[in-house]
Amino acid sequence: MLAKVRTFALEGLDGLPVTVEVDVRRGLPAFSVVGLPDRAVRESRERVRAALANSGVNFPQQRVTVNLAPASLRKTGPSFDLAIAVAVVAADGGLPGGDLLDAVCGELSLSGEIRPIRGALAMALAARRGGVARMLVPVANAPESALADGLEVIGVPTLAELLELLRGDRTAEPAMPALAVDGPDRDGPDLADVRGQADARRALEIAAAGGHNLLMIGPPGAGKTMLARRLPGILPPPTMAEAIEITKVQGVAGLARGGLVTRRPFRAPHHTISASGLVGGGVPPKPGEVTLAHRGVLFLDELPEFARASLEALRQPLEDGSVVVVRGQRAVEYPARAMLLAACNGCPCARPAGECTCNDVDRIRYARRLSGPLLDRIDLVCELGQPPPPIPAGKLEPGESSGRVRERVLAARELQTERLRDEGVSCNAAMDARLTRRTVLLRDATCARPALERLSGRGQDRVLRLARTIADLADSEQVLLEHLDEAVGYRLNDPHRAAA
Amino acid sequence: MIDACDGCLRRSYEFAPDGAISAPVRLDVDAVCVHSDSYPAALRDLTQPPPVLYATRLDLVARLDEPVAVVIGSRRPSEYGRTVAYGIARGLGAAGVPVVSGLALGIDAVAHRGCLDGVGRTIAVLACGVDVPYPRTNRRLYERIREHGSIVSEVPPGSRPYRWLFPARNRIMAALGRLVVVVEAAQRSGTLITADFAADLGRDVAAVPGQVTTEAAAGTNGLLRSGAALVTGPQDVLDLLYGVGVRQVPGAPSPVLDSRAQRTLDLVAQGLGLDELGRELGLSAALLRATLAQLELQGLIRRAPSGAYVPAA
Repeated sequence: MLAKVRTFALEGLDGLPVTVEVDVRRGLPAFSVVGLPDRAVRESRERVRAALANSGVNFPQQRVTVNLAPASLRKTGPSFDLAIAVAVVAADGGLPGGDLLDAVCGELSLSGEIRPIRGALAMALAARRGGVARMLVPVANAPESALADGLEVIGVPTLAELLELLRGDRTAEPAMPALAVDGPDRDGPDLADVRGQADARRALEIAAAGGHNLLMIGPPGAGKTMLARRLPGILPPPTMAEAIEITKVQGVAGLARGGLVTRRPFRAPHHTISASGLVGGGVPPKPGEVTLAHRGVLFLDELPEFARASLEALRQPLEDGSVVVVRGQRAVEYPARAMLLAACNGCPCARPAGECTCNDVDRIRYARRLSGPLLDRIDLVCELGQPPPPIPAGKLEPGESSGRVRERVLAARELQTERLRDEGVSCNAAMDARLTRRTVLLRDATCARPALERLSGRGQDRVLRLARTIADLADSEQVLLEHLDEAVGYRLNDPHRAAA
Repeated sequence: MIDACDGCLRRSYEFAPDGAISAPVRLDVDAVCVHSDSYPAALRDLTQPPPVLYATRLDLVARLDEPVAVVIGSRRPSEYGRTVAYGIARGLGAAGVPVVSGLALGIDAVAHRGCLDGVGRTIAVLACGVDVPYPRTNRRLYERIREHGSIVSEVPPGSRPYRWLFPARNRIMAALGRLVVVVEAAQRSGTLITADFAADLGRDVAAVPGQVTTEAAAGTNGLLRSGAALVTGPQDVLDLLYGVGVRQVPGAPSPVLDSRAQRTLDLVAQGLGLDELGRELGLSAALLRATLAQLELQGLIRRAPSGAYVPAA
C-alpha cells in the first residue's frame, strides 16, 4: 500500500515542499530511503523504527521503501523523521481515510518524543504559500511556526499523541503565535550608561538615523564596544515583516528561542573569522554572520585584524543586501541587510596620542590594511579620545537614554521614508550617487563649494548623504551650511595624506 | 665588488646618448650644462658639479636671487618633528624663501608640503630622473611640486634610483642652499651626510633640538653640540639668512573669526580632546564638529594621524 505525507526541506532561508512517499509491500523485510538523502536522513530509519516501537506501533515486517520527492533535491537534516514515521504507519493501514492533508515536520527521538527542528518558521511560511491548511510541528517550535498568519499550527509532544490526533481519538487547540519573546530588556543595554563621549554619541545617532555604516577609531578602553552594543537599541524597532525575517533567519541558524524576535540582532564575530564564516558557506551552505545580522548590526571590532579576504567578501553583500553562496551544485541566497559598525585603534601601538611610539611607516601600513573598497561603504568616521577618568558616582548626570535618542531617529527616518518612497530605497545611506545629487538640496550652494571641493567625487557623495541625514535630524527640508560642515567633520581622516 | 663594477659598466654600455638628449625635449624638461649661464652658480662650488642638470621649471632654480634654505630630516620622524618641519617650511614659503628638500618620506615631504601651503617655491632634488615620482607614496606631492615648484636631478629622465645615487643627490641639495636645516636625524643617517657636505662647502648648518630620549633626535642634538645653529622656527631661519630682525615671517592673513571659532581655536591649541572641547565651550557635539570643520577648511587646524585636531602650524 502507498501513502503520501507532505513536509518541508530547508533551502537557504526558504522551505521547499517535499512529499514523503512510502510503499509497503510483501517481500523480505527491508527499509530503504531514496531521494538524495544525506547521512542524517538515512539514519532516520533507525530513529523511526525505534520511535514507532516505543509508541506502541508495530513496524511492518515487509518491504518498506521511502521516497523523498522531488528526488533531485538534496535532503539534509533530521526534520523528515516525523513525516516518514507517519507515512509508514499510513502505508501500513494504521490511519483511517485517504491521503493525509496536513503537513508534518519534526525530528524523532528513540522514545517517540518529538524534538524541535531548525527553520520552523521558514517551513510554516512555505506551507502557507503551498496552500496547506494545518501543520503539525514539534511543540517547542509551535509558537514560532504559528507566526505564519492564516496557517493552523498544532504543536505535538510525542509520536503517540500525533497518531491519536490523526486517528481522531484526540483534539488539539491550534498554537498561539508568540509575540515579543524578548521581554522588557528588548533593546539591550541603554545609552544612559554611557557618560560623556558626546561626539561619539552624536555619531551613533546620525548613523542610526540614516542607516550609515560607522567606523569608530580610538584607543582601547575608550568605549567603542560599549557604544556599539547600544546601537540596536536606538534603531527603529523592526516592523512586523522585518521581525518575521529576523525570526526566520535565527530559526534557520538554530538560534530561535521559540517566538517572534523583536530585537534587532547584534553580531560581533571575532576577527579570526573566515570569509565563509562571515558571508556564509559550507556544505550544506550555512548563513554567515552578515546574514545573522540581517536587519540589525554587524560589529567588526579590530577591523584591520580581519583577513583581507574576509573583508573583501563582505563588500558585495553590504552593497546588495543579499549574498549568494554557491557550493557544489547548490546556490543559496541569504538576505544580508545589516548595518556595519567597525572599530579600530588609531595606530598599531594603540596608545593615546601623546605616548604613541609608532612612526609613519607603521601607521601607513596599519591604515592601508583597512583602506580599500570596504571603506567606500563607510559614511561616518568618529574618533574617540582618551578613556575618560573615572568619575565618582553621582557626580555626573547619566547620559540621555536610548528611548529619547530613538524618538529623534524615528522622526528622521519618517522624513526619509516620505522622501524616498518612490525611489526604492529605505534610508539615506542607501542612496546612490545619482539619487544623492538629486535629493540633497543645498541651500547655499556657493558657500558650500569650498567645503566640498577638496573631496573626491565619492567623498562628496558620502558627505552629502551624511549632511542629508543631519538635516533630517534637525527636521530641515534643506541642507544648511552647518549640516554640511558637521558632515565634513565626520569624514575619514586620510592617513596617507596626513602622513605622506 | 666585482659584481657592482659589472653592473656599473653594463649600465654605462647601455647608456644611450641619443635618448638622454631627446627625452628632456619630449618631457618638457630643461637640461642645462655646467658651462651655461643659466646653470645654478651655487653648484659650481662642488668639486664635481653635475655636468648636466635636468630640471622642470629651470627658471626657479637658475635665478636664485633669494638665499635658499634646505630643510631635511628623518624618514621616520616623530609627530613633534613633523609639526616643527611643517611650521618652518610654511613660514619660509610665506616669507619668499625657496625651500629645497629631497622628496623622501617623512620630514622631506612635510617640508615640501609646508612650503607649498605657505604659497612658496619649493625645489625637490631627486636621485632618479625628474620624471620618476619616487617614492611612490609621495606621488601626489610630486605632482603638486611639478605644478608649483621645481624638480631637479643630475641623472637623465627615466633613470631609476640606485642606492649610490642618494649621497650624490645629497651633495647637490647641500650646494644649492645657503643654509641646511636639519629636523630630526638618527646617527649615521643620510641626512647627516647632507649636513657634512654642507659644512665642507662652507654652508651654514642649523638643527632643531629634540628630546634626548628619542632616537630621531640623536643626530640633530649631535650637530648642535658640534656647533650647528639652533633653530626653533621660521623666524630663526630668516635671522640666520638675513641677519637678526631684518626680515619677518609674514603673519598669515588671519581670517575673521567669530568668538566661538576663536575660543575653539584657542582650546585646540591647548591640546583638548573632542569631549573636553565640548564641555569647555558648552557646544553640542553637532555644533562642535561643524565649528572644527570650518576651522580646518580655513587651514587653521588640521587632523593629526591619530585623528585628533591640532593647530595647523
